[in-house]
Amino acid sequence: MMSSLDRKLLRELWRLKAQVLAIALVIASGTALLIMALTTIEALEETTAAYYERTRFADVFAQAKRVPEHLGRDIAEIPGVRLAETRIVEGAILDMPGFAEPVVAQLLSLPERGPELLNALVIRRGRLIDPTRPNEVVVSEPFAEAHRLKPGDTFEAVLRGRKRTLHVVGTALSPEFVYAIAPGGLMPDDERFGILWMGHDALAAAFDLKASFNSVSLSLLPGTDEKDVIQRLDGILAPFGGIGAYDRADQTSNWFLESEIAQQKNMSRIMPTIFLAVAAFLTNMVMARLIETERREIGLLKAFGYGNLAIGWHYAKMVLVIGTIGVLIGSLLGAWLGHWNTELYTKFYRFPFLLYRPGPAGFVIAGAISLGAALAGSLAAVHRAVSLPPAEAMLPPSPPIYRRSWASRTALAGALDEPSRMILRRIIRWPVRAFLASLGLAMSMAVLIMALQWVDAIDSLAETAFERGQHQDATIAFNDLQPVDTVTDFENLPGVLSAEPYRHASARISHGHIVERQGIIGVPAGAVLSPVFDVERGRVEVPPGGVMISRKLAELLNVRAGDTVAVELLEDRQARVSLPVTQIFETYLGTPAYMDMAALNRIADDGRVVSGLHIRVDARSRENLLKRLKDIPNIASVLFRQAAIDTFYKTMGETIFIFIGFFVAFSVTLSVGVTYNSIRIALSERARELATLRVLGFSRWEISYILLGEVGILTWIAIPLGAAIGYGLAWYMTSAFETELYRVPLVLRDATYGEAGLIALTATLICAAVVRRRLDRLDLIAVLKTRE
Amino acid sequence: MENEASAIALEAHELTKIYRMGAVEVHALRGVDVEFRESELVVLLGPSGSGKSTLLNILGGLDTPTRGTVMFRGQPLRMDSERALNLYRRDHVGFVFQFYNLIPSLTARENVSLVTEIARNPMSPVEALSIVGLGDRLDHFPAQLSGGEQQRVAIARAIAKRPDLLLCDEPTGALDSKTGILVLEAILKINRELGTTTALITHNAVIAEIANRVLYFADGRIVEMRQNAVQRAPGELAW
Repeated sequence: MMSSLDRKLLRELWRLKAQVLAIALVIASGTALLIMALTTIEALEETTAAYYERTRFADVFAQAKRVPEHLGRDIAEIPGVRLAETRIVEGAILDMPGFAEPVVAQLLSLPERGPELLNALVIRRGRLIDPTRPNEVVVSEPFAEAHRLKPGDTFEAVLRGRKRTLHVVGTALSPEFVYAIAPGGLMPDDERFGILWMGHDALAAAFDLKASFNSVSLSLLPGTDEKDVIQRLDGILAPFGGIGAYDRADQTSNWFLESEIAQQKNMSRIMPTIFLAVAAFLTNMVMARLIETERREIGLLKAFGYGNLAIGWHYAKMVLVIGTIGVLIGSLLGAWLGHWNTELYTKFYRFPFLLYRPGPAGFVIAGAISLGAALAGSLAAVHRAVSLPPAEAMLPPSPPIYRRSWASRTALAGALDEPSRMILRRIIRWPVRAFLASLGLAMSMAVLIMALQWVDAIDSLAETAFERGQHQDATIAFNDLQPVDTVTDFENLPGVLSAEPYRHASARISHGHIVERQGIIGVPAGAVLSPVFDVERGRVEVPPGGVMISRKLAELLNVRAGDTVAVELLEDRQARVSLPVTQIFETYLGTPAYMDMAALNRIADDGRVVSGLHIRVDARSRENLLKRLKDIPNIASVLFRQAAIDTFYKTMGETIFIFIGFFVAFSVTLSVGVTYNSIRIALSERARELATLRVLGFSRWEISYILLGEVGILTWIAIPLGAAIGYGLAWYMTSAFETELYRVPLVLRDATYGEAGLIALTATLICAAVVRRRLDRLDLIAVLKTRE
Repeated sequence: MENEASAIALEAHELTKIYRMGAVEVHALRGVDVEFRESELVVLLGPSGSGKSTLLNILGGLDTPTRGTVMFRGQPLRMDSERALNLYRRDHVGFVFQFYNLIPSLTARENVSLVTEIARNPMSPVEALSIVGLGDRLDHFPAQLSGGEQQRVAIARAIAKRPDLLLCDEPTGALDSKTGILVLEAILKINRELGTTTALITHNAVIAEIANRVLYFADGRIVEMRQNAVQRAPGELAW
């Protein structure tokens, strides 16, 4: 049997359904975002772990020039190694039908007999290669999709300067290329970079590596010291051009993947937390005001002999019902969005399957915070109401004492009509309440600004990195180091306006006991196409001696300008030197280190050589040049700046911008929820006064003006306030959001403030229009008849 | 005179109530001494602001005095204990207000059960509503009832717990005379049948005729007390 109090509760909730829904939506927004973010990360991590385990993703990787096959056994006998698999990894340029630009491919050998021991392929279509047919290849699925390749198709490839026709027999996914990035690239570009798997013997024949290998993957026994294995492996490979083994953490795809997950984690920790805090504040505020309007009934219940606890519990139940509706909507929405979001990520990251099995943690955290905030806000108000003697609580609050302030004696005040005077006096009389109402609107606008800021920041990041910092049209990388004269050869190609060489060396940079595996880029003196670029100072000339490192790398290594770092080049001669850190510069992308090219060559001691070139291309002869490039041997990759910009935005569009989209949508919900409740509560507080005015002969529009004018003024106050808080939140976000992959600049366009302000105003207008319809239906007699 | 011999149900000594409104002190009660006997029906008369409601609120445990004591059946009310006052209200006092104060979201029956659910020895809501003549309006919401009917629901709600004291603050103030009479008849019936000590505030002097005793208020004091020789039936009144 339901008690009368509970029945009252249910009927009240039904009567207030629009408000209940609005508050529930505010709570749901915060909850959904947090759940979405937390469960997405959980799912990504779980999917990654399961994928790596099922495909036996290796723990340690190493490349060399040419290692005799029999050394494979020595490697397998390194203590702690469970499995070792040798293979051939080479690069090639592909000429894809109907695609003008040369495509870069990485070729990997598959064992001649039996399944892959490590880094097993997941065949998506077709079959594995037949070892007896040397032209058969399995291609990576994203590449196949980008070029609409299916088993049975063929295309041309240049392997070591020899053109061959390759036959596609299957498409596959590999744990090594979850994030498939061309050497030197920043974002996956499935059109211009592909992975091909061929038979071991076929590759050995094509690259003259019979009875040899140039790449090895190891899996380790649990509890093995990776560093020890890497050291021993380096010892075995060093005489054969080994360039330093590395563990999973430094494997390109995994590094990007982990960075992205770390970034997601970072983002989901900061943004939804801020959002939930704002939602909690708003819930708190709205609930408190809702309870204020229940003051008389609380007095009445006390008069009947209901205890404070019983009354507190009654309202707690009301809040819990609203909160639970909010948390439920939020949980369902959050779980659905989380699933959807994870699905998106698995497509982007190329997982063959998706594990979305969110644990209870996210739901419990989000639910507890949301309900706690709602309870705290309302119980404070209930406490205020029950602490009044019932006789006083049942009376309407005594008429507030208004005063004629100095402002009301000014000429301006004289020009005001009475309704405007009423609005202003109310605001001046309860400045704290007015401020809180404004603050609520401002907070919802602030989170909107924080979300929209991302778009500005990423635009600015791309502009700084790709427009202001770089001026080349394409970057060519060679398979092997080339003599510096090669630059002239390329300058003479038709369509090349200018060429600028660079030298890249894989290296380990260490300071004290901190070691970072970080390539060093050698930049020629007077570089203009792709100089070192500081986000504030612009182009920076590289000093002739020492090494320049980016601020993030300096932080990782804990060095300052003037300190000395140990540099170990992971190349033929494996030079080890101590170098002074000459300068620290700021960049948004990666953790690069630069040296003067001549100085780098001197340390490496292999003559005047280059790793590649940046070129500027005459647009008119671009087609011709591209055709020529496809036939030039020894080119490992060609990266186009425009393509980099495009893929950058495409990637952002597929990941962060979608995330941001949710934030914008939820910020709008927040804004509507708060505004609607503010107006509805103002209406219930003032219904009597407004009805009296109607009886006195005021028109509907005039009383609407009195009610909504106040909300309007509070919204206007909220806009600059929201802009200021939004800037603060954006600042906090960008300073807290920093990964090795990229940093986000604090950039806020004026238009962003404008957009957020417009959205806030529109929300107010819509809510005002909805509430105004209630004003039209105000029951004059009923309002005046009840309570004094 | 029939009540003269009965015991004292409620007495107050030297009750003073001072409200502070900004810089101004308002003396609502200036040392009031009063007693109510068991089953007595007392009418409190006086202009607005004379302190009637303040006295009633303090007697009912809805408010606390600045000074002075209230004794219920020989026991002092502990004005400093929120809990004690609450129990006093719950177990002994029924209130009727000028503006009914029904919960609009509950039906007549449910408004009464709101109180019977927490009472020690209540009558059933149906019984209480039948006493006030609303046995056929059980499932109507306040908005579906006339003012007089609403006030009678409020009375049913007040008496359903079989209170020892029934305190009515202007119960007919918002009603026309015909409906007012119906309401007064309900109050009188309860006073007679249940023997409930009843205090009734009004500023309508005619209503004083139904009381055993009339207290006249002015400026925070009882200025006059009159014992009615004959109690008139509400039906005989007109205003």
